[in-house]
Amino acid sequence: MSELSVNHLLGIKYLNKADIDLIFSTADHFKEVINRPIKKVPSLRDITIANLFFENSTRTKLSFELAEKRLSADVINFSASQSSVKKGETLIDTVNNILSMKVDMVVMRHPNPGAGVFLSQHVNASIVNAGDGAHEHPTQALLDSFSIRERLGEVGGKNVVIVGDILHSRVALSNIFALQLQGANVMVCGPKTLLPKYIDKLGVKVETNLRKALEWCDVANMLRVQNERMDISYFPSTREYTQQFGVNKALLDSLDKEIVIMHPGPINRGVEITSDVADSDQAIILDQVQNGVAVRMAVIYLLASKIKN
Amino acid sequence: MFGNTMSQKVLLNNKEVNIILHRLACQLIEKHNDFSNTALIGLQPRGKFLADRLVKILQEDYQIKDIKWGSLDITFFRDDFRRSDKPLQANSTHIDFIVEDKRIVFIDDVLYTGRSIRSALTAIQSFGRPAEIELLTLIDRRFSRHLPIQPDYRGRQVDAINNEKVKVNWSENEGEDSVYLINN
Repeated sequence: MSELSVNHLLGIKYLNKADIDLIFSTADHFKEVINRPIKKVPSLRDITIANLFFENSTRTKLSFELAEKRLSADVINFSASQSSVKKGETLIDTVNNILSMKVDMVVMRHPNPGAGVFLSQHVNASIVNAGDGAHEHPTQALLDSFSIRERLGEVGGKNVVIVGDILHSRVALSNIFALQLQGANVMVCGPKTLLPKYIDKLGVKVETNLRKALEWCDVANMLRVQNERMDISYFPSTREYTQQFGVNKALLDSLDKEIVIMHPGPINRGVEITSDVADSDQAIILDQVQNGVAVRMAVIYLLASKIKN
Repeated sequence: MFGNTMSQKVLLNNKEVNIILHRLACQLIEKHNDFSNTALIGLQPRGKFLADRLVKILQEDYQIKDIKWGSLDITFFRDDFRRSDKPLQANSTHIDFIVEDKRIVFIDDVLYTGRSIRSALTAIQSFGRPAEIELLTLIDRRFSRHLPIQPDYRGRQVDAINNEKVKVNWSENEGEDSVYLINN
């Protein structure tokens, strides 16, 4: 047994394979814990965690908060909409003010890529990146891989396609890093306008035909079309997107194997996947949500164990 | 087996361990009869071997068929998180029976400071409220307790000073049943 090689979780890019294995084996134990009649352990009772969300989030925030509470940490929440950020306070000042109230760990979502890295260099606390712009969302990628491992036994050697809006997706980038680290083969699939220009330099296959992508893969991770990040029109209409890149039951049934369907949420039902697919046994979307709490407990526990008294 | 710098003394050999295990099994039967409302819980990582062995003796030598037993990991309930230099490695917990109103027997190989047992007493509450909890240990290190905890069933009492270590070996794991006192 070792410990994590990092003091912060800023991105999958900074982790190694042993870190991921350690997070998963710890998350296995926490998954058992959260299925007990009393779902709480006292490990982090002397740790205080601040959840700083400079960008809207529902499930990630809930998942982190639940993970922290299941570990008995004290939790404070902060949303940019109700804060002094609007009054012109800088990020470092905001965070240092919070840390002076004796906070040990910061979970942060921020619209700017690299905000977590920047913060980790300037403040004295353990930082967990809960999404920084279109850069990384490491805990989502970890829970995605954990869910694949749970369903298929292992991640190594599996073919995984990430479908949809790769350009605006932090989930895509973190997933590519995490899957490659574990030895999976990764493909991205979407309209050309939503695929970053040099994405193939990351060593992923690129496909614009959904049917071919699904025939190749064991797992399809369907991303949401992030209309809120689109300043211009990237495809002619939602209807046309759905026709070319939406997954429906008829399409899945026409494949000669049963593939696993994932979605990081929130789902646009009828756009990237239809309801009958989202609610089918092939989809592990709600397993992902449950695993999210266990994986975040593991990450927080392992990082907290490196904070010395 | 061990480096030359360490000295070691055999506290119990294979035969003695076996006699003690049978005695402990009989003491359990004396108190718990047919085990219908009792569950044995081995504390991870080392107590599991002792629990498995006792269950085997109870089933094979004393024909007690329906024994509920499991293992409990206490890692997340320990009081030395962030205070120990060693990272704390979790183990699996297997409790596939209802703990509520059961008579629970905790099983561990060595009772030393009592802190693990304190953690286990907290951990088991996550599964319900047992009717009672007892403690069985193979080795009871006297004069070393940090907490007011004593075993209900003990294999052998040992007086060991603080830099000595008591090591319990099991044939399924270390190749022999034995207990050593190791002086570092």
